[in-house]
Amino acid sequence: MAIKSDLVEVNIGPQHPSTHGVFRMVAIIDGERIVDVKMVVGYLHRSMEKLAEERTYTQNIPFTDRMDYLAAMTGNLGYVLSVEKLAGVEVPERAQYLRTIFAELQRIASHEMATGAFINDCGAWQTPVMWCFRDREKVLDLFEMVCGARITTNYMRIGGVAFDIPDEFLPALDRLINDDLPRRFEELEQLIVGNEIILMRARDVGIVTPELAINASLSGPMIRSAGIAWDIRKADPYCVYDRVNFDIPVGYNGDSYDRMVIRIEEMKQSLRIIRQCMSDLPAGPHKVDVPLALRPPAGEAYSRVESPKGELGFYVVSDGSSAPYRWHVRPPSLINLTVLREMTVGQTIADAIVTLGSIDINVGEVDR
Amino acid sequence: MIGALLAAPTALVTDNWWDIRDLSNLSGAILDLIEDAGGPGWLTYVVGALLGTLGIVSFIGGVAIINIWIERRVVGRMQSRLGPNRVGPFGLLQPVADAIKLMQKEVLQPRVADGLVFTVAPIAFTVPGIALLAVIPWGRNMVLADLDVGIVFLFAMSSLAALAVFIGGYGSNNKYALFGSMRVIAMLVTYEIPIVLSLLGVVMFAGSMNLNQIVLFQADNWLFLIMLQPLAFLIYFLSSSAELNRTPADLAEAESEIAGGYHVEYSGMKFGLYYAAELINAVAVSTIIATVFLGGWWLYKIDEIVPGWMIVIGKIYAVYFVFIWTRGTLPRFRIDQLLAFAWKWMTPMAIINILLVAGEVVLWEETGWSAGLLLPLYIAINGAMTAVLIVAWVRVMAPKFQRYPDRPRMYDGIDVPSLPAPASIGPTAPGAAPARRATV
Repeated sequence: MAIKSDLVEVNIGPQHPSTHGVFRMVAIIDGERIVDVKMVVGYLHRSMEKLAEERTYTQNIPFTDRMDYLAAMTGNLGYVLSVEKLAGVEVPERAQYLRTIFAELQRIASHEMATGAFINDCGAWQTPVMWCFRDREKVLDLFEMVCGARITTNYMRIGGVAFDIPDEFLPALDRLINDDLPRRFEELEQLIVGNEIILMRARDVGIVTPELAINASLSGPMIRSAGIAWDIRKADPYCVYDRVNFDIPVGYNGDSYDRMVIRIEEMKQSLRIIRQCMSDLPAGPHKVDVPLALRPPAGEAYSRVESPKGELGFYVVSDGSSAPYRWHVRPPSLINLTVLREMTVGQTIADAIVTLGSIDINVGEVDR
Repeated sequence: MIGALLAAPTALVTDNWWDIRDLSNLSGAILDLIEDAGGPGWLTYVVGALLGTLGIVSFIGGVAIINIWIERRVVGRMQSRLGPNRVGPFGLLQPVADAIKLMQKEVLQPRVADGLVFTVAPIAFTVPGIALLAVIPWGRNMVLADLDVGIVFLFAMSSLAALAVFIGGYGSNNKYALFGSMRVIAMLVTYEIPIVLSLLGVVMFAGSMNLNQIVLFQADNWLFLIMLQPLAFLIYFLSSSAELNRTPADLAEAESEIAGGYHVEYSGMKFGLYYAAELINAVAVSTIIATVFLGGWWLYKIDEIVPGWMIVIGKIYAVYFVFIWTRGTLPRFRIDQLLAFAWKWMTPMAIINILLVAGEVVLWEETGWSAGLLLPLYIAINGAMTAVLIVAWVRVMAPKFQRYPDRPRMYDGIDVPSLPAPASIGPTAPGAAPARRATV
């Protein structure tokens, strides 16, 4: 079976259709089988953590847009939560609900992208990714309606959200989550869930064992695919997640297919959360007034949110001035990527691409 | 002679003017004209061949242009977008714009590439798809090369295309291109067998390798061979889509894995030639299917009214639509899965099919029962056999990945299962397995 041939070093990336950005994977291969993988990251390093030390707390919010640019809302949210924790800012109820709604909409948008790109990595010729983009556009339209931007939203503020929702937002949201998206998810599932070729390509490919998942501190769909129901929204609730009902989808085998169906199921659960938030949405202010050059008391704070990729943590140290003394991000993409070698060695190149797609990295967040 | 040629418009009118719609009559009339004018025998021969070549080349040229538009528009509809719609009416001139753009681009050649092979490969990839059409009957008397071994010619030509892909990828001296080339050779070696075996059943029924005879067999017996040979049709369709490098078997270019495979180093019009040749080859295979399995120019009584070549083109595009459809729907196999599919599924099934056909043909010839009695019986038997074989093979050979359900479990709350003792985790294990269990 195993015919040994000369080992060849192949650079997969940084310019490769399936590395989702400028990530580079140096694969040592024997035929088509991967013997070793080295990861090279840093092509998109923009030194955000250092830059943030020169800017006020509010000025740092746009950095979080550009980290995980496919999930800007959850990036914003994680950061403002940490600053609020540091400064002891109380956030109004309405803002809490709005934050939850937008975080979940962002999860749908990000998971759509992840699922579509994953099927594309499996070799489908653009159809699922186009369908997913179509649905994601609908979500981005809502973002545009409320904050004027589609990708880099910069919507959350310390002490609330930047703008209250316009009048036409709730009807549009209602149409989207009760009519459009459920129908579209149905279509998407008919196309890909249980598809024989996708099962052949993704089942038993890129397996993460529960032990590995915990040891490597994986989070998000990566750890849930390994059979561990671990979700920051349940484990350490923020915003209004302790007041809404939702389920955590958990996989069986820790393989790429599990991660794909978990994402699809999570999108449906997000719809469920948004429905509850819509019906409970209280009136009131959307923001408390916080000084623009906020000076939190000296100290440190860490807060974490369940971003679409996993546990997104922000560690902020204040020395009492208007800029953070130290700002550190726990990027879920980077930490989920650390197990790539364990997942891909022994597989073929085609499997490695599928595995990488199922991790759902965002190089903006990996390199920051 | 020249005077006679000048009088051609009147001389061309045959018994009925509408007979010209059958293009063979048109060329026949031209040849008659030459003979009447006292042209030498070799001139008739050369002009006849030239006319046929001209017809096929102009057809394939038009196909290469229009199919880019068709494919992109159809796939666009499937992907709920518009497709090209800017250049010209309905975007019809988009392929022209693409071609102009490609011609303007510099043709790069890697310094380490084998220059001759690198240049020859795209041409060698294009030629077989065109040459293959020479043996296709486009009408009752309309075939450029009436080869008695037409089917063998088809096999030879379709293998040549794969060889061209191989030398192109090998000559580029690029690792990704080499992957593509190796995959092409693996697929060629594997998929030639089911292709040959599936068409063998057809040949046994028709009793000839001449494609015209195969069409006449279908016309005489008032059926399409797809009815008699559904299994062979499925096998041929899947195998040829593997040979064509189209999704679900586009492993040789596999854009998401090996970034274009064999044509990764090609640019400019050389790449354009690959791109066009892929469409040409897809049309060529659609033509084979239309001729062999779908009756070619014959379509019950309709071929007496509509010219044969129009019927053939209609059937070609019906088959081609299915190719586009699969491309727009399915993901890609892995190379080992694709090869296993050929060896474990299609080759044995094709052999069983041939045994069945052999029995049926012998029964037909030995008993001498009428075709009207036997052929419906065979249609029923072969259809049932196809269904039984596929179901049985799925039962026996289905991949073993289905031990988990398709959908995830749902938890309402945090649940970290108790893990094995730390010793089994490995040297990097933390002191104790984190057995967190929070209730929400």
